[in-house]
Amino acid sequence: MSKINFLRPDIENLNTFLYLGSFLFFISVLDVFLNSFFNVNITGFLPTLLSFFIPLVIGFIGLHFIRIEHSGYKFLDSLNKNINTNSFNAVLSLLIIFVIIKATPPILSWFFVDASFAGDSKDVCSGSGACWTYIKVWLNRFMYGMYPNAEQWRINLSFVSLALLGSVGYFATEKFKKYLTLYYVVIYPFIAFLFIFFFISGGPVFFDFSYGIIAAVISIILGFFIPSRFKFYYFLIVPLTLYIVLKYFVFYEELIELGKLDGLNWVETGAWGGLSLTFIISFFCLIFCFPIGMAFALGRRSDLPLIRYISVGFIEFWRGVPLITVLFMSAVMFPMFLPEDFFIDKLVRAIIAISLFEAAYVAEVIRGGLQALPRGQYEAAKSLGMGYWKMHIFVILPQALKLVIPGIANTFLALVKDTPLIFVVGLLEIVGMLNLAKTNPEWLGFAMEGYVFAAIIFWIICYAMSKYSYNLEQKYKTER
Amino acid sequence: MNLKLQKIVPQLITVLAVVLVFGFFSYNAQVNMENRGIDFGYGFLSQESSFDVQFSLIEYDGSHSYFRAYLVGLLNTILVSVIGIIIATILGIIVGVARLSPNYLINKFAAFYVEFFRNIPLLLQIFFWYFAALRALPLPQDADAMFGVFFLTIKGLYVPAFVWENFNVFFYSTVAAIIAIVVIRVHAKKVQETQGKQLPVLWISLGLILIFPLLSFLIGGVNLSFEIPKLKQLAVTSYRYEGGLNLPPELIALTLSLALYTATFIAECVRAGIQGVGKGQKEAAASIGLNPNQVLKLVVMPQALRIIIPPTTNQYLNLTKNSSLAAAIAYPDLVLVFAGTALMQTGKAIEIVSITMLTYLSLSISISILMNWYNKKIAIKEK
Repeated sequence: MSKINFLRPDIENLNTFLYLGSFLFFISVLDVFLNSFFNVNITGFLPTLLSFFIPLVIGFIGLHFIRIEHSGYKFLDSLNKNINTNSFNAVLSLLIIFVIIKATPPILSWFFVDASFAGDSKDVCSGSGACWTYIKVWLNRFMYGMYPNAEQWRINLSFVSLALLGSVGYFATEKFKKYLTLYYVVIYPFIAFLFIFFFISGGPVFFDFSYGIIAAVISIILGFFIPSRFKFYYFLIVPLTLYIVLKYFVFYEELIELGKLDGLNWVETGAWGGLSLTFIISFFCLIFCFPIGMAFALGRRSDLPLIRYISVGFIEFWRGVPLITVLFMSAVMFPMFLPEDFFIDKLVRAIIAISLFEAAYVAEVIRGGLQALPRGQYEAAKSLGMGYWKMHIFVILPQALKLVIPGIANTFLALVKDTPLIFVVGLLEIVGMLNLAKTNPEWLGFAMEGYVFAAIIFWIICYAMSKYSYNLEQKYKTER
Repeated sequence: MNLKLQKIVPQLITVLAVVLVFGFFSYNAQVNMENRGIDFGYGFLSQESSFDVQFSLIEYDGSHSYFRAYLVGLLNTILVSVIGIIIATILGIIVGVARLSPNYLINKFAAFYVEFFRNIPLLLQIFFWYFAALRALPLPQDADAMFGVFFLTIKGLYVPAFVWENFNVFFYSTVAAIIAIVVIRVHAKKVQETQGKQLPVLWISLGLILIFPLLSFLIGGVNLSFEIPKLKQLAVTSYRYEGGLNLPPELIALTLSLALYTATFIAECVRAGIQGVGKGQKEAAASIGLNPNQVLKLVVMPQALRIIIPPTTNQYLNLTKNSSLAAAIAYPDLVLVFAGTALMQTGKAIEIVSITMLTYLSLSISISILMNWYNKKIAIKEK
């Protein structure tokens, strides 16, 4: 056995250092563990400050002893490589381990051990833990807002059928694959709108909106049969004309009657709320902001100066203002801009505002993709005799959109996270409902549980979306 | 001819459509305002506002004008944004670097932080801090002092106030020190370029920034004392701190959540920037004999910053815009004071919303112009 230098652990005395080091490390972790789980302080006889730091010091010395390179033990080597490369890293690793051990018991006891799950009144929540009873009692409101309990099957039915219809893409055979884009861009949103219009609203709420949607869908479907050189003029003129015709020449009252299904009550949008409203708003804004954004992205890259300036102005305006002021505008300023007898539902106004706002961000993301394409792609398409629209639809956009999947996913994530802001126009989705429930005199003092619950829901949604977008990105990655 | 027509007609139609929409809107606005007896104009800005604001950086009460109220809101917005940006930058850089650490625990801890905070809506975080976390703080009379001078209570954080004498002398001496440092840096660069000698710029700068203000204390008559907040009983159960500076809980909740949220995005920018510098760059720098510090300072950082700064500025802008969420917890920022209270009182929806939007818009556009200029300046000049 050679001489031991404790400042410089070496491989010659491997066993000595290993035993000593792991013992010290183990002691330090044990001390913190006992302290936090069983409230036993084995160094309690020391002065407070010393007793506080002693696990750190002991653990540090222990890690210092076992920091031996090429020891021959696989576990030790990987431990050293991963958490124990030098003194600084050792201290940080120890601190993180201690923080995790310290934080586990209070969190566990708040979430589970001391929490109350049973019962349906406030009385059961006397413990120090979370009061999940509160969530249980209010769950219905958090999910559906003020929507009448007896009618909630309508929301459930719509969401379940839309989820089923949305998953068509997975089961489509090779033969139908080429129609999927058409299905998802035109038909599916239209079906979704019908569901929300007939089942969730049960009548006249979305009315002005529905003119717009019908006009847009009809003109898009007809647009496929228009020769490409006229497409631009077609899309500039027809949708708006169609809208005006529908609005002023089709009789309003008759359409209202048409919109009512027998036996379904009309539920006004003020009563909608909770998580289902979050989904409805995100869904519609997602559908609208994408084509609008795409149009302005193309507009910004256009050769025609006036169209370019208008697009730049639009994009920069919406990107420059906070969403909350946009919603303010839709709530207090926008009604002033409409004819006196012309009323647009506030949910529709909010959807329009959020869609335009997010469209500007989508436009910038898509523009990034368009710029990243090499010029050869444009030139090749043109030399094949393709016109502007053919070139963009079949050559440019498929490649550009593939490139910007992460960016678009981020924008959609931002959209979902922005939906709580609709409290500005007086609509209460889940966060708004939480704030309402919090002020209920019978259930005061459970703000924390509510926010934690909503945070978990949002986190799951957003995390799933970001993972899904990552998968999409991997799937569509093409070597260039 | 046909080609020319093809270019002109779409533009004409688009412009016509835009003009029509705007004309339709402004016509309706005129009709509506006439019907309701509202007249359009910005004259109300000089009228007496007659409402109070809880927290203001400049002197303000109900007898001041609406314009003054606007300034109060704007300054509060800027205050939150600046504090938030500083904290978010520091936190973001730390987390971004930590995500690149070879230490497994640190790496995962940083990743957990980023994934956790950026997937929860900012508004929810603000509500959480304001309504749940900060409400759990002790009442003023029960608060423990941190370091004997800070008091964190349910009514906000009380910190000692600085009481200056001859503050302007101190200020000018600091400015003088900064100017001297800039001059010395320029000189040092010249010396290095002509003679190849390196001056110890860092030490000289540190000395200057310490000595100049110190001199102002010794001979300039500058004096600094602290006013420590003291607990005072107002009624039997009502206490409050007097003296010192009070940071209201709204401000704390808002800056905290803004900083924690934005830091996750900045961390990702920093990580991308550092990863974006090729390994070959570092090896090449080391092989021409630069020491690790020089490699970092002269080779890695300039290239990493080129990648980091544009998206980070974007995040700063986002933070500033997100600070408008203050309205949700009644922190008197621009939106709450001006687009909220002032709008309620005057009913001038179009004027007030347009001013508010223009303020944010000019803020964003000036920063993005600055950004474009900076981008052009640091872009790699290819021959």
